[in-house]
Amino acid sequence: MIVRELERDLDAFEGPFDLLLTLVLKDELELREIDVAGIVLAFLERLAEREVLDLEACGEFLVLISALLELKARGLFPEEAAELAELEPEAAAEELARRLAEYRRMKEAAGWLRERLETEGERFFRLGPAPLAPKLETPLAPQQPEKLAQVLRLLAVEPPQVSLAHMALRFPPVTQFLERFRAVLRRRSRFDFDREVAELSRIEQAVAFLALLELRRSGEIVIDQAAPFAPIRVARSGEEIIDRDERTAGWNVRSA
Amino acid sequence: MERPLRLIAGNPLDQLARTIEALLVIASAPLSVEELAEAADDHAERVETALRLVGERYQEGRSGIVLEHVAGGWAFRASRDAAEACARLFEKPAQRNLSQASLETLAIVAYLGPCSRPDIARIRGVSADSAVANLVERGLIAEAGRDDVAGAIRYRTTPLFERVFGLESLSQLPRLDDIGEDTEQIRERLHAVAEKRTA
Repeated sequence: MIVRELERDLDAFEGPFDLLLTLVLKDELELREIDVAGIVLAFLERLAEREVLDLEACGEFLVLISALLELKARGLFPEEAAELAELEPEAAAEELARRLAEYRRMKEAAGWLRERLETEGERFFRLGPAPLAPKLETPLAPQQPEKLAQVLRLLAVEPPQVSLAHMALRFPPVTQFLERFRAVLRRRSRFDFDREVAELSRIEQAVAFLALLELRRSGEIVIDQAAPFAPIRVARSGEEIIDRDERTAGWNVRSA
Repeated sequence: MERPLRLIAGNPLDQLARTIEALLVIASAPLSVEELAEAADDHAERVETALRLVGERYQEGRSGIVLEHVAGGWAFRASRDAAEACARLFEKPAQRNLSQASLETLAIVAYLGPCSRPDIARIRGVSADSAVANLVERGLIAEAGRDDVAGAIRYRTTPLFERVFGLESLSQLPRLDDIGEDTEQIRERLHAVAEKRTA
């Protein structure tokens, strides 16, 4: 196979069967003589000449080369080729001829369509969606009006009022707890915060904690906690809250 | 009373012809005789006769509008004399820049359809996905159910395809039986190759 001849075919190359067809129709068809490397080089040179990379052409070219390589490899090992081939040579040739002929017919049909496009290029017409009369809706099966009324009555009932009480959070004033803690500290020099608020609701406990922080900020109290989640000890400013032994015991309990 | 341009109002067939003109001028796709008869509330035979009257008036060289039988129905189109002016005003997106791959795919669907993408790929030897998507987008082919065995979507050509290519129906596509000689030639060559290899 002469690469120069193939180069001419590459210009019109559209699909692997197209070129394969050309090869079959050439007198010098001998797959084992095809210079695949030459074809690849010629194609690469042609690609380099073009500014835009035609991915579709490249993909088709890869398929073609793969097919050629497979055919050629089988051709080089005729004994093994017989084992590899799923079909007998005659049957394979017949199948290939049938497919090539089928493709050839469609290629010719495509050529006819292209010619037709050119001759019919002067035809202009209005384009739009199907304008025909709207299709009639499929009528519903006969219904009982009483049943409809019954269903409508169910829908017409006023729905029960949904209670939003749980969404309304009532926060007691922080000052209430400021006064309460100050009163406690007037009686005692220290107290346990957790024990002091144990009877309160969660909201009240949160507000009480805010009051505690407020007192700490103003320097009226000191706060201490032996460990995370351990009881919070509160004392008047200047008072030692817990002795070292008690703190150690707290840690030990926590660690246990 | 003002006289009609060509058709005489007193003749009922002329009146029907004018109704048909009106129906065709508002339609954006070809109308079959049955559709025209239903809309005009008249008999199909009389509609066909009236269509001949309309066709006499709207033909190439006589009018800027031409009546044509296309895609299984009747439709108005612009006369070929006006093509250049029409091209300046409108483009034709359905058939612009149809690639060779698209035309081959279109031919396969037109001749063998409804057929699936694997069917098309088997004949062309390469994947048909992008060509099929392109033709669907242009409105030249459309989905037509699924393959019974594999479940792949099958495609057929649309009335727009027939209209773009000026076909009354798909039966107007040329027969492809006249390439038997080539098929025989291919077969002989392949047999020769097979014999050489086994020798």
